[in-house]
Amino acid sequence: MILKKIVEKLKPTFSKGGKLGMFHSTFEAFESFLFVPETVAKPKGSHIHDSIDLKRTMSVVIMAVMPAMLFGMWNTGYQHFLSIGEEVSFIDTFFYGFFKVLPLIIVSYVVGLAIEFTSAQIRGHEVNEGYLVTGILIPLIMPVDVPLWILALAIIFAVIIGKEIFGGTGMNIWNPALLARAFVFFAYPSKISGDKIWVAGLENAQNVADGFSGATPLSFAASNEIDKLPDTMDMFLGIIPGSIGETSTIAILLGAALLIFTGIASWKIMASTVAGALCVGFLANALGGTPYLEIPAWQHLIMGGFAFGAVFMATDPVTSAQTETGKWIYGFFIGAIAVIIRLFNPGFPEGMMMAILLMNTFAPLIDHCIVQANIKKRMKRKSIL
Amino acid sequence: MSSNNGLKIFTTPFNSGNPVTVLVLGICSALAVTVKLQPAFVMAISVTIVTGFSNLIISFLRNTIPNSIRIIVQLLVIATLVILVNEVLKAYVYDVSKQLSVYVGLIITNCILMGRLEAFALGNKPVPSFIDGIANGAGYGIILVIVAFFRELFGSGTLFGIQIIPESWYIANGGFYLNNGLIILPPMALIILGCIIWVHRSINKELQDK
Repeated sequence: MILKKIVEKLKPTFSKGGKLGMFHSTFEAFESFLFVPETVAKPKGSHIHDSIDLKRTMSVVIMAVMPAMLFGMWNTGYQHFLSIGEEVSFIDTFFYGFFKVLPLIIVSYVVGLAIEFTSAQIRGHEVNEGYLVTGILIPLIMPVDVPLWILALAIIFAVIIGKEIFGGTGMNIWNPALLARAFVFFAYPSKISGDKIWVAGLENAQNVADGFSGATPLSFAASNEIDKLPDTMDMFLGIIPGSIGETSTIAILLGAALLIFTGIASWKIMASTVAGALCVGFLANALGGTPYLEIPAWQHLIMGGFAFGAVFMATDPVTSAQTETGKWIYGFFIGAIAVIIRLFNPGFPEGMMMAILLMNTFAPLIDHCIVQANIKKRMKRKSIL
Repeated sequence: MSSNNGLKIFTTPFNSGNPVTVLVLGICSALAVTVKLQPAFVMAISVTIVTGFSNLIISFLRNTIPNSIRIIVQLLVIATLVILVNEVLKAYVYDVSKQLSVYVGLIITNCILMGRLEAFALGNKPVPSFIDGIANGAGYGIILVIVAFFRELFGSGTLFGIQIIPESWYIANGGFYLNNGLIILPPMALIILGCIIWVHRSINKELQDK
């Protein structure tokens, strides 16, 4: 309660007209981060304020991301020591990864929040919490060895061009985290594709263990070397090279369970994304021809960034479709397009990022069509009566 | 014509009447030829010459052109000038001419040209028309050069083909730096153009939409 008193005492200084009135937005951001906002619904009308505001929603998402993050840290260490052929204890493995991933997270939050706070100050808005989640998602979808300045540049691009110029949190068309990844993907392809960059320290490694390649399952698959794919159980648990947070399907499923249980992410989008991927997977099986086309359809769900994208990226409430029917269509196409890109585009082993960004673009159109169809249906019903 | 008026005709295209950032004309070539500074610079000069002289010629002819066929006459004048410019480029700067390829020919379809002829040259005396043409060409050119400056510097690390970012910075030479591959692609030219429009409108408040 001492904290509350301090905040109350400082409040007049920061409110409009106060001594430090210019930092109004910044103060409010910290205040509502610590305490539930004081505002209540107006006495007129039937609306009430839910005590779950944006910040608390965001904290649930961050909790949901934790298993994937912690696993990612351990796996970073595990892959590194595997690549140099050393066996170390669990603690050493985890902390090696922890100290590799931590700088990425720090850079992500410092750069992103600096932009958020500055733009909120300039506009005189409240600071939006949108970046709290984006800031943790961005490092998790990057390769562990991505240079920090490239990461910072990608975040600047994603937050300013992808979000702020559209009006800030809630107004953006594309998922900012994926936009940051897309920026790195097109601007510095050598740092985010290939076989060497997914494992910490592999690119400049002197003593790589015999037989260790560092290639992700998807890059084996894309070159039709199906026999080299890791064990299914390894892929499901996530003991494979890949972006930091994307490898472990089981850790992501834990997060998904929390998100669905608290009702924060739409289970419809997750389900339809899986359905879309399976549909194309089965079609490819029926088509046959190359070994990659013939792998079991469900294997697509545990390779690469599919699970992470479906659970944390596609369900972003801002950029996904808003109508209930629209969510099914939106998710289905994400899954389908992702697998189509994987199977039929030799240039891109992974299609999840492109698929989600593409469907982000179409989400408003899907919503529009659904709403129009609904209006038409009701008009018809009215004219019959 | 007072000299003050002439000055105004000359300065408008650089600020509140800029063909690219305000009228949003000529975007296509601004995206296509701005990967490197040199072609952008040559393109800027070519367009300036063509707008200047086509404005001058049409302004001389403005009272004799029948209204119903004026577009054809304008096109004829522009096409002639573009062919002349193209021949000169091929003769003296063949490499750049090859880089610009079809975009020199496409000056004919550049909306800035027809726009200035219709909006200005048909109703004004030759000298102001010539000034207006040159200024609009230059106003287009300066945006082209600004876009190309950023694209060449961050995309290739060079300016006019001269290495600006030290070689030792590159990862290949043990440094940390990499050229930005996205900035070479046309979408990034559009984003840079958007940023220029953003900066321009924050400086010149009259241009902001209400």
